[in-house]
Amino acid sequence: MGRIPRSYLINRLTTLILTILIAATIIWIIPRLSPVDPAEIALGRMAAGAGSVANSEEILAQLRANMGIDEPFLIQYFRYISGALVFDFGLSTAAFPTPVSTLILNALPWTLGLMILSLIITFVIGNLLGALMVWDRSPKLVRVAIPAAMVFTSIPPILSGLLLMWVFAAKLQWFPLTGAYSIFVEPGWNWAFVQSVLHHGFLPALSIVVVTFGFWALGMRGLMIGVQGEDYVKLAEAKGLRPRYILYRYMIRNAILPQITAFALKIGLLIAGQVLVERIFAYNGMGKLLYDAILNQDFPVIQGVSFVIILITALSVFLVDLVYPFIDPRIRHEVA
Amino acid sequence: MTSQDNMPMTRAEKRQAKRIKRFDNPWMNPKLIWGAALLLGIIAMGIIGRFVWDPDLVFTGSSMLRLPPVGFENLRGQAGTMANPLGTDGGGRDLLALIIIGAPNTLFVGLLASLIGMSIGIFLGFSAGFLGGRTDDVIRVSADVMITIPPLLILVVFQSAFGDVSLTMMALLIAGFVWQSPTRLIRAQVLSMKQSGYVQMAQLSGASTSHIMFREMMPNLVPYLFGSFIASVTTSIVTAVGLEVLGLGPQRIPTLGRTIYEAINAGALIQNLWWWWGIPTLLLAVIFIGLLLINLGLDEVSNPRLRKLS
Repeated sequence: MGRIPRSYLINRLTTLILTILIAATIIWIIPRLSPVDPAEIALGRMAAGAGSVANSEEILAQLRANMGIDEPFLIQYFRYISGALVFDFGLSTAAFPTPVSTLILNALPWTLGLMILSLIITFVIGNLLGALMVWDRSPKLVRVAIPAAMVFTSIPPILSGLLLMWVFAAKLQWFPLTGAYSIFVEPGWNWAFVQSVLHHGFLPALSIVVVTFGFWALGMRGLMIGVQGEDYVKLAEAKGLRPRYILYRYMIRNAILPQITAFALKIGLLIAGQVLVERIFAYNGMGKLLYDAILNQDFPVIQGVSFVIILITALSVFLVDLVYPFIDPRIRHEVA
Repeated sequence: MTSQDNMPMTRAEKRQAKRIKRFDNPWMNPKLIWGAALLLGIIAMGIIGRFVWDPDLVFTGSSMLRLPPVGFENLRGQAGTMANPLGTDGGGRDLLALIIIGAPNTLFVGLLASLIGMSIGIFLGFSAGFLGGRTDDVIRVSADVMITIPPLLILVVFQSAFGDVSLTMMALLIAGFVWQSPTRLIRAQVLSMKQSGYVQMAQLSGASTSHIMFREMMPNLVPYLFGSFIASVTTSIVTAVGLEVLGLGPQRIPTLGRTIYEAINAGALIQNLWWWWGIPTLLLAVIFIGLLLINLGLDEVSNPRLRKLS
């Protein structure tokens, strides 16, 4: 068991904090540089609802005071950063006066659930197939079929999502077209709801799985080639162990560990891809929330969603970096 | 293997032997060639298409609405005609014209963004690897930080705040997020090459830093650079399409992603207007498959161990 040297820990922790801080700062700066005034958008929304608005100057001033954008930039910045650290992103302007954090908390479980489920499935399938591609006893069909299937893995999940949606939801109508659960069931821990959630979640998850398993398969193939020639595999063969046993206990077990670090590099793209899948399936997660916020020019929500997603990404990378030396005892962190 | 030396070769083995001979030059890799052919096909379609087909059909209302491709019938019972061989969208735009203009636009964003990203990456990677010390620390940490931030999310904030952008602007914005992996890759390679014999020999013989960088190291980096370039083209296009599908990105210029966005919003999936979203989706798929094949081919070029396998 490798113990984490303090310098390594400090290094990773600094990166984590810097990432969160820089992301929050960029997200904060960008709208300030824009000529668009959120107060005027809010006023425009009122005018659209009521036909006309009297005393628009006063209302604008009051709106700016409410949004805190009449204060000096530095004060705004520190207020924003300290708010973001406790997940306070202000109030949504489109669904006024719901706090942004409430909206995000409602959407987050859906996104995380879909993400973790599809991630586990792709990780298992992808690594297994990647190993079978190299293993010299796998059936010929497997060796031909997998590389052919890999062609689809370069496609972003939104495209596979559209295709699956058309075939299985619009044409065959096996699965519902949109949403995360049926509007006819009561959300709660009852069987009808769970069934509805699984039924609705199947296509979004599948569209992510079919296009991401190849990433793991490709990585696994490379690692397996490296393991194949190792002495301990030769020894295991010479001992007359069953080939399947060698595959699982000797080859895959040793090859799979670096795949976990590949996860750290990939997670950003995975989450971004999933946001888009949620958008086309109108799945009740962060993707839909983000899309609706873009339509309504709801800046606090856009900022909040972006920040939380970046936070999830950075935290996952940090955790992978931290846990990895415990999983793989071959890794010794050089004490700098 | 050795026992088969004096046995007659099976057909598969002969083919294999022939293949190895034919592709003795690692760059003549079938995957590489196929991938490049797919992408060149799209570019050719964009160039030749402008002469053979009327690009003005890309404007809204230039044809009848929601016509199906030739040989199909839409829900109103209209049959496709040769005037719009691939059908039209909900705004009366000809889909053939749309993809002739739109597909090269999508590729353009990807290529420009990664060209800029790669240039930044090469510069920073070499600086970090060569200079070391404080410079290295700053570059390494900023690449580590930026690599975890998904570009899509930052760009969503940017574009929703600024509204419409041009294609070039979008490429520039994306370029700000694709320099990290080339930087890390090149830095790592430079660090390991610095220790290798031929570089130290060059240093001892008094070669200048720029000579060592561009004459001694660069040629060995070429396969990695290409691979990294293709990977960032993929990332850039995925990001651009993502923005377009969220309704951001250029609003008035036809792109494949924007066409899909409009199709989804108009309910093209339920109304069985499959050509509207299906054709751009297919073209995007061709682009991504082409990029993947190039990447796999490059992997085999730079890693001979993979070559024997398939």
